[in-house]
Formats: sequence, C-alpha cells, structure tokens
Amino acid sequence: MHPREQLREKALAAVAKAAAIGEDIDLSQYQRTAPPQLPMAEADLCALPQADLDRLLMGGVDVNSQERGGTYIMKDTTVLHCSSKQEGVEVLPIRQALEHHPWIWDYYWRAVAVDADKYTAAVELDLHDGYVIRALPGSKTIFPIQACLYMDQDKLQQNVHNIIIAEEGSELHIISGCVTSEHMHSGVHAGVSEFYVKKGAKLSFTMIHNWAEEMKVRPRSAAIIEEDGLFLSNYICMKPVRSLQMYPTARLDGPGAVARFYSIMVGTPVTDIDAGSRVILNHPHCRAEIVSRAITNGGKIMARGHLVGNAPDIKAHLECRGLLLGGGAMLAVPQLDGFVDGVEMSHEAAVGKIAQEEILYLQSRGLTEDEATATIVRGFLSVDIPGLPPQLQAEIDRAVQATNEESM
Amino acid sequence: MLVVEDLAVELGGRLLLKHIDLEIPPGETHILFGPNGSGKTSLLMTIMGYPQYKVVGGKITFKGVDITHAPIDERARLGIGMSFQRPPTINGLKTRQMVSLCGGGGELALEDMAERVNFADFLDRDVNAGLSGGEIKRSELLQLMAQKPDLLLFDEPESGVDLENIALVGQTIAELLQKDSDLALPGAKTIRQSRKARTKMGLIITHTGYILDYLEADKGYVLYHGVLSCGNNPREILHCVGQFGYEECVRCTLENN
Repeated sequence: MHPREQLREKALAAVAKAAAIGEDIDLSQYQRTAPPQLPMAEADLCALPQADLDRLLMGGVDVNSQERGGTYIMKDTTVLHCSSKQEGVEVLPIRQALEHHPWIWDYYWRAVAVDADKYTAAVELDLHDGYVIRALPGSKTIFPIQACLYMDQDKLQQNVHNIIIAEEGSELHIISGCVTSEHMHSGVHAGVSEFYVKKGAKLSFTMIHNWAEEMKVRPRSAAIIEEDGLFLSNYICMKPVRSLQMYPTARLDGPGAVARFYSIMVGTPVTDIDAGSRVILNHPHCRAEIVSRAITNGGKIMARGHLVGNAPDIKAHLECRGLLLGGGAMLAVPQLDGFVDGVEMSHEAAVGKIAQEEILYLQSRGLTEDEATATIVRGFLSVDIPGLPPQLQAEIDRAVQATNEESM
Repeated sequence: MLVVEDLAVELGGRLLLKHIDLEIPPGETHILFGPNGSGKTSLLMTIMGYPQYKVVGGKITFKGVDITHAPIDERARLGIGMSFQRPPTINGLKTRQMVSLCGGGGELALEDMAERVNFADFLDRDVNAGLSGGEIKRSELLQLMAQKPDLLLFDEPESGVDLENIALVGQTIAELLQKDSDLALPGAKTIRQSRKARTKMGLIITHTGYILDYLEADKGYVLYHGVLSCGNNPREILHCVGQFGYEECVRCTLENN
C-alpha cells in the first residue's frame, strides 16, 4: 500500500476525534472549498489591492522588500505565489512536493501524528496546500524567507500542511504570517507544521497571527532537532481571535540540541487562547527555554509550558508571565518532568497586575498615569530574542508597537 | 520656592511626620539629617507626591501653587524631581528609553550625558535591572539630568557609591543644583552675581555628609521622630551629630517642645 493510502486510513479513523485539550469545534459548519486563485508572478504581487497588502504586512510579509530571501503566499485554498531568490534554499508548494519529490516521504507526517485529532485528520483528507522550505546542507540564508497563509472567504476551513527542513550545518530564518482579510469574519484554520533541524543546523521560525474575531485556529506543530541543532520559535498573537489552541512540541534527539520558544499574546474580550510549548530533552547537554508573556484585556488565556528531562546534564528553564488588565482570566500552567538524575530544570510563573510602584516611578519623571501604564505594558511585551536576525526582531517590535497604540 | 507649612503625614494610618515647617528659596540647597526610621524618606516622598503618604494637616506650596494634594506627575511637570534610594526595576524598558522619557521626548545628547556619569555601558539594560546600589545612584542622576527639575530631592545620593565614582556623583549633583563654582550662569559676571542667578533648589538626605565635600549647602535640619529641628549650618550639625550622636538632638527637641 502506498504510504499516502495508509495515512488516509489512519486519518479516516480520527475524523471525529476531539483534541486532548481545547474547545471541540464543529467542523461541519465550515466549507472546505473556495474558488481557486490564479498564480501570480512576483512583480504582480505589488499590484494586489492595498488593503490586502496592508494585511499581509501585518503578518510580516512585505512583497516590496528586498530583504526577503523567498516568498510563499497562499490565499484561501490555493497558492498565489511561490519563489526563492536564495541559492541553497528551496521553497515549493507541498502538493507539488508530494507529486514530484520522493524525499518528502521521509518528512511527511513524521513529526506530527496524522491521527492526533480531527484537525490533523482533516488536513490529510482535505489538504489544500502549504509550503515546503528546505535549506540545503551548509547553506546560510542572508534574508528570511516569508510565508503567508491568507484567508479571505468567510466560513472557510483552511487546511494547511507545512514542512521545514534545515539540512546539516545550514542556517534558515522564516517569518510566517497567518492573516485574514478585512471583511472576513469567521472561519477555521487547521495548520500542520513539521520542522526538521539536522545536525549543527539553525532554524528560526517567527509566526505572527492576525485573525478575525470569530476565527477558530488549531495549529499542530512539532520539531525534531538533531545533535547541536538549534530551533528557535517565536509566536506573536496580538489581535482578537475567537479560539486558539496549540501545544507545539520540540524533541531534542541529539546531544547538544537546543530549543527556544518565545510567545507574546494579547487576549481581547472575545478571546479564548490555550497555548503552550513543550520540549522533550532526550540527550545529554540538550538545552531548552520557554518564555511566554501574555496580557488579557478581558479574554481568557491559558499559558502552558512543559519540559521533559530524559537525560542527565540537560538544562531547561520555563518562564511564564501574565498580566490582567481589565477583566478576563489568566492561567499559567508550568510543568516540569525529570526522569533521570542530573537534570536541571526550573520555572518561574507570575500572574498579576502592573506594579503600582512602577507606575508612580514613571509618573515622577513626568509621565501621566496612562502614559506610564502603556510604557510598562510595552516593556512587558518586549522580549529580546537572542539569535534572531534584525529584520525579524523589527517585525516583532512593529507588531507589538502597533497593538499598543491601538489598545492603550 | 518650596514652602512646607505645619505638615502632618500618615502612612498606613500611622502618623509619621508632624508640624513640619520648611522653606527652600530659589538657589538654595538644604540638607536633611536624622537616624534611620526618623521619616526623612517619607518627607521627600510626600513632597514628590507619593499617594500612600497621606497629608492629614498643613500645606505644601511650590512656585506659588498649592500642590498638597496634586498628583505626582503634575508635580513633576511643575519642576519637582527625585533621586530614589530603591527605585523599581522596569522589565523591557531600556534605560536609554527611560532617559528620553525623562527629557520629555526632546532632543538629548544622551550618550554624552551617560558618559558624564560613567553609565554609557548600561544604556541598553532594562531600567534598574540587576544594578548595584551605586549604579542605581548614577542611573537616577542621569534621569534627573534629562528631566532638569527645578527642585531636586535626593535620598542618600552617596550611599553605596564606590570611591572611584563618589567625586563624579558629588560633582554632578553640584552641577544639577548650580552649586559648582565653575558654573557661569547667564547674565552673571561676578561670583556674587552668579550666586544670585541660581534658581535650582535642593533637598538632600545624607548620613555621611560626604556630599558636603562637593557643594556648599545653605541650611541643615535634623529630623527626629517625625519632628524637624535645628535649622542650622549643615557642617555644624554633622560635626555635632558625629560627636554627640542624635541623643543630643533628642534633648534639644525635648527642650524646644
């Protein structure tokens, strides 16, 4: 039996399987088809309606920028554009890869289980498309590759599968934006992402979410990191989203492998976010860090973190901070599991309000109470991420700044 | 001019300061002595406007404006600034940004200013994050240099400062208070005119008196058990306390009351 058929069978058995955590979405309420888009050349992308370009930009995707090594844009269910400008980096739609490149079977559903839940099953059974980005051995990207999953049709369920491979000794940076158009109101996004970081490779993945108020989002991500590899994952969600649940997992499968997760989330009144990161440290000298900063203005945010130490001489830290500003709920759930002697794992979690002392201090320097509060919130959300290229740090700062100006 | 009249202050329902009278005319710097827990910091925090210090009697006037119950930022904008003993850490806010905020967003020669207080290496650190006592003092000074208040309140500006930096801190405070002798003020030709042209006011808490090596203070007080007394030459007070301790101040206070 062809591997695809085996996968289909497993997926079929899981079509009704609710996820382990999070609200169970009734997927029958959403459509899985949309009119196909005509592929566009890179030069034509600039001619997209300005409103669309603005939305793409909010997701960190700049079609005019010279500082991008490649671009993938998918609108609703089909690919709008796919190209790489950088030698040593391949960017291709996953449907194309499945048809023409047998090597893809070494990676397809190898990190995430196809029958994990109804969302992974749907992505296999009704796959729309997705990107495959692969950095060839020893290649170093100068500029980040940008990818955008754009949703425009109301009531759509978008099924995406991405595979990212950093071959031995390579260095790859990706910014991936998930964005809905201005007039889109509700929909579902089911997105599977599988990351493979080979020996000595370095992969940074920065994901910016800009959803509509009634969107329900179920990312399903996993990473496998080999000896001395580094996986850096950044997640930013500052705009309203009805329901988001994810628990990306990194497996450190070689000595000296490193994973770092940084998340910045803001919950508005309609929002229900349940987002965590998990790192499984399987070899000596592996290291992991999970940092999350969350603010709620009335929504509910569950910030999870889970470190599993399976080998001696590993070191891992989990930091989870939440602010409640004007109602809502903030739940921090850190978990540390050590299964052998010689693990070193720690966590710090804090949920609370802005310290009055800090506000008064800034007021004594001439800021009004509101200015002081906004300044402290901006500081709370600004996280310095080591190893991130300046263009991507700038995108993160811009997203944080924009939200601050809107909401404060 | 700062005028404090018959001030009484409570903190958490406990009376901390009573019958405080104090006047600092433009150009003058006054020194506040007193044992630990006597209420010195409370007096400064009350003048700055920290709301937990509740004024239950009397009045504070600055530049002719009654600020007894004015919010803290209003006082800052009116020209009052303070160097804190233990300011909070503000995560994610760089010292560089903080100094700009103190300057009200105007043009600042930030790097030069930081050089002057030997603080250039700390500009990209979060405000007060992991700073030693002495480093905090220099950070506070840098912020005040940008803020340029007319009344400067210093809470033990020399404590924790190492020997190498003590002169730097002393001289910077003197400059901020227009007390450094080399300073030529606009329109002043002689030293006497220069003195008259001073406008900055200062109130400094000190235990050691080291600060007096760097600036001439105009008046000193001893605060004991929430009561202000003495109003004398600061060097004389320092000498007296050094010799007889604050016990003498107790006797003196008892006699006066």
